[in-house]
Amino acid sequence: MLHTVNKSPFQTTTLQSCLRHTRKGDAVLLIEDGVLGALKGTDASGDIWGRRVEVAFYVLGPDADARGITKERMIDGINVIDYEGFVDLVAQHKTSQAWL
Amino acid sequence: MKFSILVNEGPYTHQASDTALQFTRAVLAKGHEVMRVFFYHDGVNVGSRLTVPPQDDRNLQKSWSDLAEEHKLDLVVCIAAAQRRGILDEGEAKRHGKGEGAANLAPGFRISGLGQLIEMGIESDRLVVFGD
Repeated sequence: MLHTVNKSPFQTTTLQSCLRHTRKGDAVLLIEDGVLGALKGTDASGDIWGRRVEVAFYVLGPDADARGITKERMIDGINVIDYEGFVDLVAQHKTSQAWL
Repeated sequence: MKFSILVNEGPYTHQASDTALQFTRAVLAKGHEVMRVFFYHDGVNVGSRLTVPPQDDRNLQKSWSDLAEEHKLDLVVCIAAAQRRGILDEGEAKRHGKGEGAANLAPGFRISGLGQLIEMGIESDRLVVFGD
């Protein structure tokens, strides 16, 4: 399953809720303000770091760029994709869940 | 692959109707089919032709209308959500006695019911939700 998260983890607990429901082989895509969850060294970083072995993490590049979040500032191992990559992720996973 | 898109957030609120637009463009660019885009809750406000954003800002209604025209997209606005928010087509404006010229549904959009959302959920390969 693909999960999309569009809220900052410093604003809501959406990312935490999402991560609690992820299963091995799932993918999580951070979009819009959700890209703030990709920052390393924050109070929220540990949640993604703890799931990195079982879950693949992606960030929508244009949304990260718009917020000044460069690859260097992201948690190691997070993949940066564009909108076409987003479409591919949706196609690759039978279902998708938007965590709003 | 057959995609459908659900937009639950209004324009110029956060980013959902922008993301949905960019995503829909990418779906089409990759050669997939877009069966329908359904606008629900505040998302129906995207379908108002009366919006006049500043010239140096993006015009979401026009962008959706243009994309619909170019790709023959089916843009559906939920009737109950639309009526609450004053989004009316000619028929609805007349039915509710709103007077001549009150209709404001933008080109390329049509008003219909939740059955259209259920149908696209069943018939599409993928349903992607954007919202607040």
